[in-house]
Amino acid sequence: MKLQTNTMLALCSVLEFAAQPARQFSTAEIAQKYGASPHHLAKVLGRLRRARLVSAARGAGGGYRFSGNAKRLTLLDVISLFEPIGATAARAPRRELERAVDEVLAEIDETARATFGSITLETMLKLARRRAG
Amino acid sequence: MIEIDARITGLRKPAYWSGILRRYGSRSPSRFFLVRHERSEVLGYVVGEIRDWEFGSPPCGWVFGIGVRPEARLRRAGTELLEAICEAFRRRGVEKVRTLLARDDTLVLAFFRSQGMTAAPFIALEREL
Repeated sequence: MKLQTNTMLALCSVLEFAAQPARQFSTAEIAQKYGASPHHLAKVLGRLRRARLVSAARGAGGGYRFSGNAKRLTLLDVISLFEPIGATAARAPRRELERAVDEVLAEIDETARATFGSITLETMLKLARRRAG
Repeated sequence: MIEIDARITGLRKPAYWSGILRRYGSRSPSRFFLVRHERSEVLGYVVGEIRDWEFGSPPCGWVFGIGVRPEARLRRAGTELLEAICEAFRRRGVEKVRTLLARDDTLVLAFFRSQGMTAAPFIALEREL
């Protein structure tokens, strides 16, 4: 399974912010780390800000910081802001075989939703720290 | 246990729990029924066993029941229960612990995830009879 570029950028940004909630990050810093254009990242962060997952401070020394609850916020909460997980059933299948294939795809979507919905940002950060040793 | 389970699931199952107590409450080397208590109050329980070569899998620890009183949550009772049963599995030479949950049981799924558990290389299947 692959997430869209914007979604991955949003997830990584939120996790960077949640790892150091007291710190402000500039758009340029995150953009450079993840090889994204600052303009592109600003749009992603704008959406996160509107969802109240991050807050923004303007002016010199300004930037973004985490404003959510890392123990409660799941990967699915972030992903759903950028792309639907479980959109397979939206199309009305015309033939029997299409319906059968859609059932399998829906099964996969349900598993993906359950997986993303069960991993909080805090758990994800714990996992990342464990992998880093 | 009956009361804790009923508060979580909304169903009282006294016959089920007496069966569990009978089968898992004895001193079997591969079955475990542990409780976490403060003074005389039971805060939570965990039930599990070691299963050998199920579907080709080497012996592993299975946790098939865990529950904590809603008002005792966020006090590490669940974490301590899981650690205790994992330690019991380890002492008997088992290196893996597994569980099975409903996809929409997000609270308990998130708990097991926070304890470092990830998807196992199995798929649960079912059909109508």
